[in-house]
Amino acid sequence: MKACDPNFAREIMEKSKTSLTRCFSCMTCSSGCQFQHIMDVKPHAIIRMVQTGFREEALSASGPWLCVGCNTCSTNCPNAIDIPAVMDAIRQTAIVEKRKIPEPNVLNFHNAVLNSIKRYGRTHKIEIMMRYKLIQRDLFSDMDIGLRMLAKRKLDLRASKVKELPEIKKLFNKAG
Amino acid sequence: MKTSAKENNESLKEFFNKIGIKLVELTDWSCCGSSSAHCVDTDLALDLASRNLAIAPPDKPLLVSCPSCTLRLKQAHLHISEDENLQKRFKDKWGKSFNPDLKVIHYFELLEEMDFSKLAKEIKKPLTGLKFVPYYGCMLARPPEMRHAKNYHNLLENMLAALGATPLDWGSGSRCCGTFLSVAKPEAITPIINEIIQNGINTGADCLITACSMCQLNLEIRCDLKHQIPTLHFSEVLSLAMGTNKYKRWFPRHLVDPTPLLTRLGLIP
Ligand code: SF4
Ligand code: SF4
Repeated sequence: MKACDPNFAREIMEKSKTSLTRCFSCMTCSSGCQFQHIMDVKPHAIIRMVQTGFREEALSASGPWLCVGCNTCSTNCPNAIDIPAVMDAIRQTAIVEKRKIPEPNVLNFHNAVLNSIKRYGRTHKIEIMMRYKLIQRDLFSDMDIGLRMLAKRKLDLRASKVKELPEIKKLFNKAG
Repeated sequence: MKTSAKENNESLKEFFNKIGIKLVELTDWSCCGSSSAHCVDTDLALDLASRNLAIAPPDKPLLVSCPSCTLRLKQAHLHISEDENLQKRFKDKWGKSFNPDLKVIHYFELLEEMDFSKLAKEIKKPLTGLKFVPYYGCMLARPPEMRHAKNYHNLLENMLAALGATPLDWGSGSRCCGTFLSVAKPEAITPIINEIIQNGINTGADCLITACSMCQLNLEIRCDLKHQIPTLHFSEVLSLAMGTNKYKRWFPRHLVDPTPLLTRLGLIP
């Protein structure tokens, strides 16, 4: 195990604007999380890793990538810790440091969504799905659902667009 | 909402129209950034939400129907109003000052002020016989900084009960639908969705009623139980009670067809 990073807690607290030294490891967050069973490190343990400076472990855990930010945990937390904001901070730090992403399909999906927003200012569901499937090299799973949705006109072939698109593009350029 | 959830969008407008409130779509609205923006870039998430705050007419409430957009917009509004640097960022980006008085509201906030017993007298089709479980998903959960704001537990139940329907108690009403994991990890989401729908069936419900389009979609596309029950949009049910005939455009868009149920109950011909 690598040496602990004494500044990690401060770093994540600044990024997430959440005071996680309040956490007393009661596990309430994890017990209410719908997705904790598919996470390698569960929400309470992520918080603990940050508190104790396990930087490497926290930044390579799948937990933050499988967190959907539903706020169930932060609503339940007796110490009012914004756990999803901590997850955001960890994810974003891993991206900036160009780390290996433990759940690449999740990041691929987010990128497909953001690409669509950059192009249209809105989300174009078919294109998001196609791009996502192309990156995943998996064009055929979910084809049945896609076709059923098309038949039900739940997916539009044409994208709905924002008129002031340059405004949206600028947001992305500045954000890098 | 314009595409995947057209039936939710249209039925909501229809309901408000029937009760005499005119909704005007925000001109040139853009996506709030959804989960994807804040997952990978907090600043981008704030800017995407703030563009909508900037183009909203200053003197009218910005009424939002998607719970997740509501949260993004409200949270952005809160963060900007608390931070001078963000107010400056807002002004630089949009060429106008941030409006701290702009009201961002979810449509539940309008409904909550209504007199349901009065509405019950005005409806055309009482929802008699409709046994449902309310499905809120994560819409009532909030980050700690917003935990003292008003909340809307029981609104679905209270309002629909006043209109004649029968809400049933269950334990799965606030379980998250999985949002994007339904695409990125479908194999993990199907068992969760199946359990939610099965709990609804075991409770004796004829259907689930939800106020979130994404929940509705996930509940439909990820359930692979042999026996399923439909998931209706809250706004569709409200419009039915008001005697709409536009449902013919909405129900064919459901993957689990609600028409046999509604016909059996006499809610549609
Ligand atoms: S619920 Fe809050 S206090 Fe308890 S372990 Fe989770 S973060 Fe810590
Ligand atoms: S916000 Fe994330 S960690 Fe918290 S309950 Fe939801 S999925 Fe789990």
